[in-house]
Amino acid sequence: MRAKLDATRVLLRIAFRNLVASRVRTVIIGLIVLVGALIVVVGSSMMDSIDRGMRTSIQGSLGGQLQVYQSTSEGKLELYGGIRGESLLDPIPDFARVKEVLSKVPNVKMIVPMGIDQALVATGNAFDVTLAKLRDDVRRLQANARDEQGLRGLEARQAHVRRLIALLSEELTQARVLVDPNGRDASMRRAQRADLDRAAAPEFWVEFDRDRLAGLEFLENKVAPLAMDTGFTFIRYVGTDVEAFMRAFDLAEVAEGKPIPPGQRGILLGRQYAEEWLKLKNARRLDQIKDKRDRFHLRIAEEEELQRWVKDTRSRAREILIQLDPLQAAEAARRLRPALGAPAGEELPALLARLFDLRDDNFDAHYAIFYDRLAPLLRLYQISVGDVITIKAPGKTGAFNAVNVKVYGFIQFKGIEKSGIAGTTSVMDLQSFRDLYGYVTSDKAVELAKIRAQMGATAVSREDAEAALFGGDGAGPLVETIRAGAIDEKSLLAGVGEKRKAALAEQTRAYTQEEIDQGVALNAAILLHDPARIRESLAEVQAAADAAGLKLKVVDWEAASGMVGQFVLLLRGILIFAVIIFFGVALVIINNAMVMAALARVKEVGTMRAIGAQRRFVVAMLLVEVITVSVVFGLAGAALGGGVVAIIRATGGIPATSDLLFFLFSGPALLPRIGGTSVVASLVLVLGVAIASALYPAWIAMRVTPVEAMSTED
Amino acid sequence: MSIIQVRDVTKDYLLGKTQVHALRGVSLTVDKGEFLSVAGPSGSGKTTLLNLIGCVDTPTTGLVEVAGQDTSKLSERSLTDLRLHQIGFIFQSFNLVQVLSVFQNIEFPLLLQGGLTKAERAARVNGLMEATGIGEYGRHRPSELSGGQRQRVAVARALVTRPALVLADEPTANLDSQTGQNIIDLMRDMNRKDGTTFVFSTHDPKVMAHANAIIRIADGVVAGRELPGAAA
Repeated sequence: MRAKLDATRVLLRIAFRNLVASRVRTVIIGLIVLVGALIVVVGSSMMDSIDRGMRTSIQGSLGGQLQVYQSTSEGKLELYGGIRGESLLDPIPDFARVKEVLSKVPNVKMIVPMGIDQALVATGNAFDVTLAKLRDDVRRLQANARDEQGLRGLEARQAHVRRLIALLSEELTQARVLVDPNGRDASMRRAQRADLDRAAAPEFWVEFDRDRLAGLEFLENKVAPLAMDTGFTFIRYVGTDVEAFMRAFDLAEVAEGKPIPPGQRGILLGRQYAEEWLKLKNARRLDQIKDKRDRFHLRIAEEEELQRWVKDTRSRAREILIQLDPLQAAEAARRLRPALGAPAGEELPALLARLFDLRDDNFDAHYAIFYDRLAPLLRLYQISVGDVITIKAPGKTGAFNAVNVKVYGFIQFKGIEKSGIAGTTSVMDLQSFRDLYGYVTSDKAVELAKIRAQMGATAVSREDAEAALFGGDGAGPLVETIRAGAIDEKSLLAGVGEKRKAALAEQTRAYTQEEIDQGVALNAAILLHDPARIRESLAEVQAAADAAGLKLKVVDWEAASGMVGQFVLLLRGILIFAVIIFFGVALVIINNAMVMAALARVKEVGTMRAIGAQRRFVVAMLLVEVITVSVVFGLAGAALGGGVVAIIRATGGIPATSDLLFFLFSGPALLPRIGGTSVVASLVLVLGVAIASALYPAWIAMRVTPVEAMSTED
Repeated sequence: MSIIQVRDVTKDYLLGKTQVHALRGVSLTVDKGEFLSVAGPSGSGKTTLLNLIGCVDTPTTGLVEVAGQDTSKLSERSLTDLRLHQIGFIFQSFNLVQVLSVFQNIEFPLLLQGGLTKAERAARVNGLMEATGIGEYGRHRPSELSGGQRQRVAVARALVTRPALVLADEPTANLDSQTGQNIIDLMRDMNRKDGTTFVFSTHDPKVMAHANAIIRIADGVVAGRELPGAAA
């Protein structure tokens, strides 16, 4: 024992002194090790943080811990969409059964049904909005010809519409320059032109006061469609049991408005979606410039992108002009003039040009002026809380289905508000999703049954269909029926009021939990009591589903996140690749340095062996040298890495410059956290590489025979 | 009583592609307390013989017995142990460990052996430093010493384990003749005082003259054993 201790002591002494004696070599190896440890510590703590961020983002926004979907599906579940759009999933036919079966798995806390898809939303345009207001005024005056509000409104609105027509005329004239006047659509374009000219003429408005409804009809049917910015925008939504959804995903919060009342139809629009697609472009640009200036300290004077945005706001000032009727325009001008220090007579267009002449020195002031003085007069979002919007989507059969849903508010996900990945998803009730998707809801089933009864329809099998439709003898009763049946407009219209009432009832009707659960869903999120046991729970859930004969595929949140999850895998892959390359090079360098050291010391090693040092002594001596350097410099590198991470944190973290990063970081910046595991891992890795690179030199040292000590050449 | 038995030893090795018969049947006995010189021209096989005796090499055929042990029957580890405990080495180019001080160089084999307290080791090392005339250099590094002083350190290191046998391969070859003389005197002193057996190779007749017997080697065989008087 004692002998070993003495030998160890002298071994360490020689090793350490060798390190000091060959300083250059020690420092070179040390620096390599240091940089390696630094890379691993900083890299892995960033990856850990991204991992944590992503876990938070996905599990807290749509994913839960596990997801189930129909195993017969053509595609894989991709919660955030894939390259080819939404996942191609077969519906889960009976969600209630899935819920019943899977709830019995001990670790399962909650099951939230979902149907994720994209749809079209009509956003309307300024022309539509103004005409709608005009119609309200007209209606008011029809009820009471002396209605004060109606009269005042009518005057302002008429002026507004006339200005819009003038602007539209101008636009069309410009557009005309670009197209061939004798082209295919020439006659159609000539007709459009005539309509517009008619609406712009003073006589039309004299006529309008005589028959307002006819005038309105002309404007709505002939002129409004010419406004080319008629908007449909895409919306990505998750149809779900909203109440369960809000309970399950703790990151979700209603940013404006209120939650959808339990069981009711409705939609919460994604906050970020609203910002990007529904907000008045100029307001959006101002927000974006402010964000870049405040968070990234960019300057308009230096950044080409910001300059482009500023230019964009100038050219879009017209959108603001269109929104305002003359009274509002005057009010806006009155508000802007003193704020902008403009001369007394300056008109709104000039004032807007002044407002959007944005420079670094006036930006903050103009931003405040816009939001404090102008914005209250504007419709900032194309859709507001309380609106009922029409959502259209191609259903299962390919035909378009449409539903009207009330916008109860905007939804956002805490920490990842600005992420386009989670933040652009809107949350809608499950019944509306089923309608859109073309699946029969309990309501629809009842309605269908009624219609069948009314029509006297009989169930016809496929084989008998031809005979039933056309009869055996090929006579033409069908044609006759059509000829005979004159259209009774009155009876058709009589139903309209009733239908509207029914539609309204459907909109406000509260569904029971059974109704929500019974029916299709595309997938379902499963939340666990103990998320740490995700692996075994996945197996348990799969087993339970299989045992119950449900054709379900169970995946974890990472798999369900699709491309987003793969992006993180890619990042990790890159890091691992970089680390491997680095350590590969390090291995070669350290190996070379140590081989040189071993060769230079052949005689010394031979002497030690002759005197009585065992092979393991000289091998250990060499390894101790390398290990000492690795540990010392590795620790230094790890400490330095800790310092780097601390500095990154102190300076506000690595900013998320894109939607994806926002999502991955689960916030506006990545605040990496040093993990004990990453430090230990880096040291183990560094040590492993160092030892590996010392093995060959150690083998050389081991092979040195005592005879080498005898050689006389030097 | 013999400390070394060499009987009918041959040693072949490959030099490139050529088989070299370094020793072609050598027999020799060394008794305890001898101060023996092995002499011969370079290439005669004297270093090979010394390597065999020093247990750093084993014979191709024949028997080498050191301190009663047949070296060809020992493992690498046992051979190393045998060297550590029974043999001291003095090299032509001193072969001190550069990063250790004089004291530590001399102490080194004791540490490999283990078993002595620090005080015991210090006593032994200091005693040897005094005896070899380098008492004041304990803290110096080998590079700060002259050749002669270094070889004295090597002698002290060879003796510190109180080995049965000290082998010295051309111990004076890198020294001027006066210094070489002094080293041989020192070795002779140690031989007389403790009865340590010394076997050294040399081709310097003046050094040979100090031996109490000279083994002459030529072309891999022992040409004869003579008394130093006959050498000159």
